[in-house]
Amino acid sequence: MFKIRKSEMLCENICKQIIEAPRIAKTCEPGQFVIVRADETAERVPLTISDYDREEGTVTITTQIIGASSYKLAQFKTGEFIADITGPLGQPSEFCNEPIEEVKKRKYLFVGGGLGTAPVYPQVKWCKEHGVDFDVVIGCKTKDLLIMEEEYVAVAGEHYHLTTDDGSYKHKGMVTSVMEELIAAGNHYDVCVAIGPMIMMKFAAKTALDAGIHTIVSMNPIMVDGTGMCGACRLVVDGEVKFACVDGPEFDASKVDFDGAMKRMSLYKTEEGRAYLAMKEGYTHHGGCGQCDT
Amino acid sequence: MATDMLKKVPVREQDAKVRATNFEEVCLGYNKEEAMSEAERCLNCKNARCIEGCPVSINIPGFIQAVKGDDLKAAADIIAESSALPAVCGRVCPQESQCEGKCVRGIKGEPVSIGKLERFVADTAREMGIKPEVKAEKKGKKVAVIGSGPSGLTCAGDLAKLGYDVTIFEALHKAGGVLVYGIPEFRLPKEKVVAPEVANVEALGVKIETDVVIGKSTTIDSLLEDEGFDAVYIASGAGLPRFMNIPVEQALGVYSANEFLTRNNLMKAYRDDYDTPIARGKKVVVVGGGNVAMDAARTALRLGAEVHVVYRRSEAELPARVEEVHHAKEEGIIFDLLQNPVEILEDENGWVRGIRIIKMELGEPDESGRRSPVEIPGSEYEIECDTVIMSLGTSPNPLISSTTKGLETNRRKCIVADEANGATSKEKVYAGGDAVTGAATVILAMGAGRAAAKGIDEYLTKNS
Repeated sequence: MFKIRKSEMLCENICKQIIEAPRIAKTCEPGQFVIVRADETAERVPLTISDYDREEGTVTITTQIIGASSYKLAQFKTGEFIADITGPLGQPSEFCNEPIEEVKKRKYLFVGGGLGTAPVYPQVKWCKEHGVDFDVVIGCKTKDLLIMEEEYVAVAGEHYHLTTDDGSYKHKGMVTSVMEELIAAGNHYDVCVAIGPMIMMKFAAKTALDAGIHTIVSMNPIMVDGTGMCGACRLVVDGEVKFACVDGPEFDASKVDFDGAMKRMSLYKTEEGRAYLAMKEGYTHHGGCGQCDT
Repeated sequence: MATDMLKKVPVREQDAKVRATNFEEVCLGYNKEEAMSEAERCLNCKNARCIEGCPVSINIPGFIQAVKGDDLKAAADIIAESSALPAVCGRVCPQESQCEGKCVRGIKGEPVSIGKLERFVADTAREMGIKPEVKAEKKGKKVAVIGSGPSGLTCAGDLAKLGYDVTIFEALHKAGGVLVYGIPEFRLPKEKVVAPEVANVEALGVKIETDVVIGKSTTIDSLLEDEGFDAVYIASGAGLPRFMNIPVEQALGVYSANEFLTRNNLMKAYRDDYDTPIARGKKVVVVGGGNVAMDAARTALRLGAEVHVVYRRSEAELPARVEEVHHAKEEGIIFDLLQNPVEILEDENGWVRGIRIIKMELGEPDESGRRSPVEIPGSEYEIECDTVIMSLGTSPNPLISSTTKGLETNRRKCIVADEANGATSKEKVYAGGDAVTGAATVILAMGAGRAAAKGIDEYLTKNS
């Protein structure tokens, strides 16, 4: 059992929880993820680490409510205990294992979309702490769904560029339009890191790659064990089958088969969505009624 | 009871038609009368060949004589001297190629039903509340065991009995390894059989810390240097599932057997009260012929599918236990033997709609001694199906070998360890089970755990 130091809703459907997990806090690095299981009957859900505090022995997870298990997790309040948190899993971001003098010679462009705002944060923070030059582009659908603005302003200042799809706050448009503006304005980037919904990563990667920027994306496919045993998270990278849990989750965007990965993501969507509705509205959505088109 | 001494006392099973629709245990086991009657068949050989056939050398005639004499406590104690998991082994060991394969009774007639007797003793002892006895002077030394599967539990249990302070680190949220995530409920009940055997190991003083992934949460070097462990036993299991690398293998509805079984066994996807989903296929093709393939096929059947097992050699080469194949057939699994997939077919949404198969014939024996299958040109055909489960074995998980300095692996990326004592290329570090051999059996993994416990004890005794 792991204690939740603090649980809060960041917006209507995104929840932030600070969890006491000293082993993970001690060794985790930006780019890595954890597997969380809220209670005995819940799924094992992979979540990218969105912050950590080695001294306090805590890691922060940020969850978007999309299915039964994420809804259940978000119900856990400050002071309560979740059944399991395992990690840190996956490989740290590339720059963690490169000589710092080399990393410092580069300029990074971080791009976060929607929930992807959260996992980009520890990377940005790491760069700030290590004196690495960067810009950050954060995008969300609308102002009400914006998360972590304060944190980003504090760590990135004028290098933080915010856009909303509907123009309800700051810049209007997709992250790609801000990326294009920054590049057109003469900013030179050596590496782009894009994290968010698969479709956003696909287009952000295209924009960056077209500008000749080495681009990294963080894949978040379906997982079960997360330790390299089940193979659920396999994806094709550079024509080879890779496992996101041990080989990733970050991959060279130029080599990722986004369409194939998006296809696999759809595998359990309807069933999970049904389970969520069942939890919210009672056991009415069991499929097979002939009313839904799925 | 009148018995034909040449034949085993038959064991009661759930009717094949009934059990094909539930996850209750298939084999119901012996009752006391049946067990005592079967025990009569044991010749109590002086030079007992069955013991040689057992990877952990259980005193088989000894415990069977105790069963005959109706002394269950004595029988349980005799088994406990050699095995920490008798209720598991009685159910999942390939007895026909081990103890029972060597039984003298088997020369003329059927061997003694050693596995079923072992199961009877273990189950009855548990029901009677007989617990393994702990007794050992504390050695004041700490040993870490990586993985709580059969190998790790055996090694930990043996070391605890010798007085070591043992902690098992388990990556998943539940202890038991393959006994929990891999082998299905209908073959090995989790709450009734596995949990009590794990509890017995804990009762010996072994601590189990779940949710710790060695190589990630911490490393072996850190366990030795920072956490004060005097030795480490690596029993981290087999690893990443293999796929065939045939076209369209990324289609939706293609699973590894590990994923399919983990969803169902560990995450209990077959139960409505658990959240983890599983796609319930209508027609399922399982590729492979091992025990894991049988487990996946029989699980899919119970979830409501018509199931085909596609295997590239013939029935004689099926690596699965005879009993599993027999049970699978009884339940209605269809075996498409001497056939091999060449391509998966998908529909316009990317879901599996079928699989293209080529027929095979047996050619010359290969390095494994089995006749290798050769494709018959022009024999391709399609099976319509909505789910494909790949059960082709595993390749080693790199988490530990890549994060431990000076730990040698072989060309197959398995950890290199001395069979006699589990010693690896790194001092204080021992290894065994599937992490060393690649996917094998529960009992071989237990044998390796036992050998390593001895090796660790010798090392720590010498260096104290």
